[in-house]
Amino acid sequence: MTKWHDLLKEEGKPPDWPYPIRYEEEQEIETDVLVIGGGIAGCWAAISAARKGATVALVEKGDTIRSGAGGPGCDHWCNVPANPLSNVDPDEWAQHMAESMYSNGIGTQIQCREDYDALLEMEQMGGKLRDTGDEYVGAQGRDEKTKFMISPRYTRVHSYIPGSQKPRTFKSNPDQKLNNVVIRVWGTTFKPALKKECQRLGVKIYDRVMVTSLLTEGGIQGARVVGVTGFNNRTGEFMVFKSKAAVLAAAGNFSLWMLNTELAGYNTFRSRNSTGDGVAMAWRAGAALTLMERTGIMMLGTGYKHTWYGGAGDASYENVQLVDANGKKLPWPTQGWADAGAMRPTPEDMEKISRGVQTGEYALPFYGDFPAMPDIERRATWNLMLGEESTTKIIIDTYNKAGFDPSKHLLQNYNFIEGTSPSQWRTAGGGGPVLDWDLKSTLDGLYVAGEQTFSAGDHSYAAATGRYAGRKAADYSQQVGEPKISKEQVALEKARAYAPIKRSDGIEWKELHAGIARAMQYFCSEYKTESLLNMGLDTLRDIEENHVPRLYALDPHKLMRSLEDLSLLTHGQIILQASLARKASSRMLNFFRIDHPEVDPPEWNKFVTVKLENGKVKAGELPLTYWGNLKDNYEAHNKDYQGVCKG
Amino acid sequence: MAQEKVYAIPNITTPNTPVIFNPDICNGCNQCVEVCQIDVFIPNPEKGKPPIILHPEECWYCGCCVNDCRRPGAITFNWPLQQRGYWKDKSTGKVFRA
Repeated sequence: MTKWHDLLKEEGKPPDWPYPIRYEEEQEIETDVLVIGGGIAGCWAAISAARKGATVALVEKGDTIRSGAGGPGCDHWCNVPANPLSNVDPDEWAQHMAESMYSNGIGTQIQCREDYDALLEMEQMGGKLRDTGDEYVGAQGRDEKTKFMISPRYTRVHSYIPGSQKPRTFKSNPDQKLNNVVIRVWGTTFKPALKKECQRLGVKIYDRVMVTSLLTEGGIQGARVVGVTGFNNRTGEFMVFKSKAAVLAAAGNFSLWMLNTELAGYNTFRSRNSTGDGVAMAWRAGAALTLMERTGIMMLGTGYKHTWYGGAGDASYENVQLVDANGKKLPWPTQGWADAGAMRPTPEDMEKISRGVQTGEYALPFYGDFPAMPDIERRATWNLMLGEESTTKIIIDTYNKAGFDPSKHLLQNYNFIEGTSPSQWRTAGGGGPVLDWDLKSTLDGLYVAGEQTFSAGDHSYAAATGRYAGRKAADYSQQVGEPKISKEQVALEKARAYAPIKRSDGIEWKELHAGIARAMQYFCSEYKTESLLNMGLDTLRDIEENHVPRLYALDPHKLMRSLEDLSLLTHGQIILQASLARKASSRMLNFFRIDHPEVDPPEWNKFVTVKLENGKVKAGELPLTYWGNLKDNYEAHNKDYQGVCKG
Repeated sequence: MAQEKVYAIPNITTPNTPVIFNPDICNGCNQCVEVCQIDVFIPNPEKGKPPIILHPEECWYCGCCVNDCRRPGAITFNWPLQQRGYWKDKSTGKVFRA
């Protein structure tokens, strides 16, 4: 008896809502630093602010113990050029990474300088990052002295596609030794350790609370952020947080184009909770956003769900050779030691493979040839890398229990057999608030970290930027006066947030979600024109004016999903506005305008920004390297940086 | 045999069984309810019994409920049919599916 309808049969009635309903109740909490989102970035922000002596509240939609994209685990601590085995200078590596167009130079510089410090602090908290049990002695990249396991990723080729970047000799690595900038870690140990450290430092954690809006001084758009509103998604209780500084560390948006809400979780590498609430609330508060016009192609994972660089390349993990159905090797890189970390075939090799499939040279399906690997490398890939990465632990456990033996069995790959056409289901491509060298947004009192920074990186990026934003927010909180929240703004937000529970008929969240997704598929997809984008805005306006007022939610959980839809709706509007503002096509942004077909014309190589000012959309721009000299500016802004925290 | 009562209920949402509980091993500690970031489960109204799967179609198959369960065997993962992976024995060529 575990399903809802089983209980119905047994009891003769559906179960009561298991938590007390408290829609009428309200809590007010005051704190120096408020962290929005308890994923990797949020936990690190809370810890670093608390270490600075600030009082900290951490608000999380799920439970901090395993929430966020990095909650289940992490297999690589990427871009850690400050580690003792690295052969490149962190500043040179950061510069190299930031040369990629539309990257986030500030976040990258912070990651390269500080994520090794974060890693050592992770170890102090109880995270495992060394092969202390000598399980992988003899594996390539394992260092006996430190017991670190260097990954082949980025060892020479710092690109997922070989040949897509010019060969480069780093001044700091003239002999072209392996770069050694990525460390394999036992990341399933990380998230519980982070929550424990938050608790040890006295961070007040508010789990199962969805933040619905930012509060600004006087309720004025564009003014200092002085708190947030939220509600408990189990009890419905309303919460008002007053803060001197806030760190926005919420999730990205991974379901805006997903017509089918059931696919939003298990096929997308991100949980159902990733609905871009942070960017939507920052927009409404008046923060300037950038890169909102960029979208990604969403490849849907099959063969269990871990979609990986182009969808279901499941068997091409590190050092695993892909072969065809007859065992013939494919010119597909193994992202391993043999090909220096490359992950995808060159366009020429891809064409060769594609032609080979058509002519019968390569028989489908493809397989990952685990049995051909040396035993130690096979164990490092299967047990350590896949056993520790995000959602793959349960995947390899499932295979193991079903009888899969990597020393004897080839793991199927799904390239080609699932089709090769780009999906119309896209992802919002990592836009976010414009930020400065303090990771402060354009609003006073609002800092950003992790996926909320535009062009965000991975787990170690989230950790490093969270840790950085937390300490900057703590510093700011010591310098400013008491926050004053506007009661009128709180009342307006409460009315907005609770409207769906006052109805029991109309439109429910799944249909609304599909309606928004369909509008994005039609009007903001592969082919864009000004008139299509405007039709998209008209459609979303129609949804906002005529359907949102009919939205109903029967319990606090459905209220959360309903409000997430409203975040998606706002997110869609921002993307359409930003798409209208960029009057050129761009390959790097996966952004193609039929009415402005020139691809990446030099005059449009810049960040386009959008924001709300007195309720009106205002577009602006920033130069591509608006952060200036990375090394000099990092140092100028971090003269008091203490390095690894002592205990 | 008495006729089982038939209720008028909407279609069961799909996918609907991300995990299978073993009531003989599960002691209803609700650890899985707490680690799930999206509230797929709610506690069973009867103490000591396995949780109820209330929002199965919101599951993102992260596996934390199973990974963090303190009583091995109490929860087993149950992948949706369309997600189940294939492999092949290298020596015999026989294809398997989980």
